[in-house]
Amino acid sequence: MTINILAVDDSRTMRDIIRLALLPAGFAVHTADDGLHAVDVLDTVVPDAIITDINMPRMDGFGLIDVVRGLKQHRTTPILVLTTEAAPALKQRARDAGATGWIVKPFEPSKLIKALHLVTG
Amino acid sequence: MTTTPDPMAEIRVSFFLECEELLESLQDGLDIMETTGADSDTINVVFRTVHSIKGGAGAFGLEGLVRFAHRFETALDDLRGGRVPLTSEGLKTYFQAADHLSDLVRAHREGTPTDVNENKGLLSDLDNLAAEDSVEEPLDPKIDFQPMPVALDLGLDDAPDDEIAPPNPSAPACCLPYQIKFEPTADLFSTGNDPALLLRNLAALGRMTATCDTKHVPDLAQLDPEQSHLSWTITLETNVPPCDIASVFEFVEGLCTLRIDQTDVPIIDDPAPPTLSEASGPPPSAPATKSVVRVDIDRIDRLVNLVGELVINQAMLSQSLENAGVPPYSPAMDGVEEYQRLTRDIQDSVMMIRAQPLKPLFQRMARMVREASNSVGKDVRLYFEGEETEIDKTVIERLVEPLTHMIRNAVDHGIESFENRCATDKPAQGRVTLRAAHKSGRVVIDIADDGAGIDRAKVRQIAIDKGLIPPGKDYDDAEIDELLFMPGFSTAGAVSDLSGRGVGLDVVRNAIQTLGGRITVLSEPGQGTTLSISLPLTLAVVDGMVVRAADETLVIPLNFVIKTLTPEPQDVDSLRPGYNMLKSGSGLVPLFDLGAMLGYREAPDALDGTDVLLIGDDDKGKIALAVDRIVDQRQVVIKGLDDKVQRAPGIAAATILGDGHIALILDPLEAASKAAPRHKALPYPTSVTGAIS
Repeated sequence: MTINILAVDDSRTMRDIIRLALLPAGFAVHTADDGLHAVDVLDTVVPDAIITDINMPRMDGFGLIDVVRGLKQHRTTPILVLTTEAAPALKQRARDAGATGWIVKPFEPSKLIKALHLVTG
Repeated sequence: MTTTPDPMAEIRVSFFLECEELLESLQDGLDIMETTGADSDTINVVFRTVHSIKGGAGAFGLEGLVRFAHRFETALDDLRGGRVPLTSEGLKTYFQAADHLSDLVRAHREGTPTDVNENKGLLSDLDNLAAEDSVEEPLDPKIDFQPMPVALDLGLDDAPDDEIAPPNPSAPACCLPYQIKFEPTADLFSTGNDPALLLRNLAALGRMTATCDTKHVPDLAQLDPEQSHLSWTITLETNVPPCDIASVFEFVEGLCTLRIDQTDVPIIDDPAPPTLSEASGPPPSAPATKSVVRVDIDRIDRLVNLVGELVINQAMLSQSLENAGVPPYSPAMDGVEEYQRLTRDIQDSVMMIRAQPLKPLFQRMARMVREASNSVGKDVRLYFEGEETEIDKTVIERLVEPLTHMIRNAVDHGIESFENRCATDKPAQGRVTLRAAHKSGRVVIDIADDGAGIDRAKVRQIAIDKGLIPPGKDYDDAEIDELLFMPGFSTAGAVSDLSGRGVGLDVVRNAIQTLGGRITVLSEPGQGTTLSISLPLTLAVVDGMVVRAADETLVIPLNFVIKTLTPEPQDVDSLRPGYNMLKSGSGLVPLFDLGAMLGYREAPDALDGTDVLLIGDDDKGKIALAVDRIVDQRQVVIKGLDDKVQRAPGIAAATILGDGHIALILDPLEAASKAAPRHKALPYPTSVTGAIS
């Protein structure tokens, strides 16, 4: 079964890299440019997991997590936070916001895939 | 199996394109911070751009870039978090850091990262800007961020699923079983974590038996289905190290009570078959995302060329229909007219592909102003207007040097010193404005400063000292301003303390003319100076005047033609046969027979009564060209001459006319400069000096 991923990042490069990492592993990758865009996408797409950046225009990753956790259809969707900071404080903030897990950028594709399997089964 | 040729290389290209956009936003953000102060939105944008560059650079292992971006980001993060205030010194450093970042990006793009020297001063400035506790050990990126190049295997048929499959299940199982106690807190589900998944992941590591403890499940009436009430006791037989087991629970750390113990009773048995290995489905088709198409410039040029052929073909078709006597307003002619209209639309659209906004060029200039004003100890700021105006890519590229020159002049010579500005009640900060706009099918770029204006007395004196003009003659302001463009008027040394301008403006004018442009100057004493460049939108077509001379058809770019006239006998002074001067305004310009100038024939004795084109780039003109007949004024497609053709002075390019004939496109000033010595009419350059003296 194909696993649907929504990748949210304002950097085109990062979206491309995520797509490139996940497509060969059998994931379907949807993308959004920022939190608000992601919320739009979530109207029509029900992803098995969301990968989101933190720093984004309009709505950041924390904001997105907050919204997703309030949406009936997506409240239990696993959300992985992409962060360049491995700082524990940031992880804790992501956790408090309702993130399922995190991936430290720059990531190895295998790690990303592993983390996704970890949260999607 | 088909493998895409190195997709990472493609993303890398796209990354550098994105960097250009990010650097542009960075400049914009800093500009806003400089103008209106630091609102949090702007600081966030600025922070994000640097952050994104760092993130991407990390993925490609561009270490130097990551390191610097990280330092810059740290400083910006403190600004963002309100830990440090925005100061003008700080802003200066941010601008410098943005410039340095842009250098680093370019160097990494070109694969020469070592070309950019580490700027220790800038780094320490950045560190000084960061709040005390966020300054890290210098240049040790290992602390929290290490670049790690991403290597992707895109073999679609053999996806590397070993990453998700259990560790080699056929490995000899001689291992100690783990005892795991896993008790999630009630709010585990709120983070999207699922104990069932964790157990499955654990099961994938070996043979697992799990006992579920349900004693904390409340009565149905009190049960909150969104809370976790279960706990598990697990025995896992596996040969993986404990850290692998812990990593399964990485995301629920803090959301559960977890104990992992290794018992000391070895189990020797066949390993359990994997329970989770079929996760990969067929590669799905990715949803199409909106994106920009990158096209090789050669392909566009080919298209431009083909459209050029189409324009020529269309002109030839109209002409042959006309020659065949097809009446106007006939269906055939209507069709041709429609064809003509479509051709023009296609031509415009194709030219649009090559068009790019001037903004990046302007931003480069902003940097130049910062550096130039620093080096001469002035406070000068560059303002933009109309930076979204688009013009041909090649024109933009070839504008860099002349524009740099002019702006440096404005900062160096146009803007007065701080003391002088204060003495005249001007704001202490000098102002240079780059203004772009479309004007009647051309792009006009103004470079305006609010300096002291051209010191005309000084300019005149220099010109006299250099023997460019005779002393004791009157010149109007415009004529004096023109002197600045004369070759030989200025050398850097002679004008370095001149508060007017003039460093090599003749070079600038040449460069602009090569682009089919014109440059003019306007200056108001005490108010400032404006240099105005008018440029064609594209280099592929030119508005030309088609003329006949000595039985040849020639095209003269219209931007050289000031006016056409038919002189009366009294307008022409014949110095001796074949050497003529034409009265133009208050002065005289040398009058050449075009046919003779190009060596097609001997110069005729009398030139009055023929059509004459006044050529130059100012009102008075530099030379006049007599032609046999003016045929037409039209847009012609520029066709470069084959490299095998030896470059003849004065011949710029060629075109194909509607009748199928090839016509040469002239650079009349160059042609005249080569012809002048032969004629010995006047010393060349025959600019205002020639006209006036």
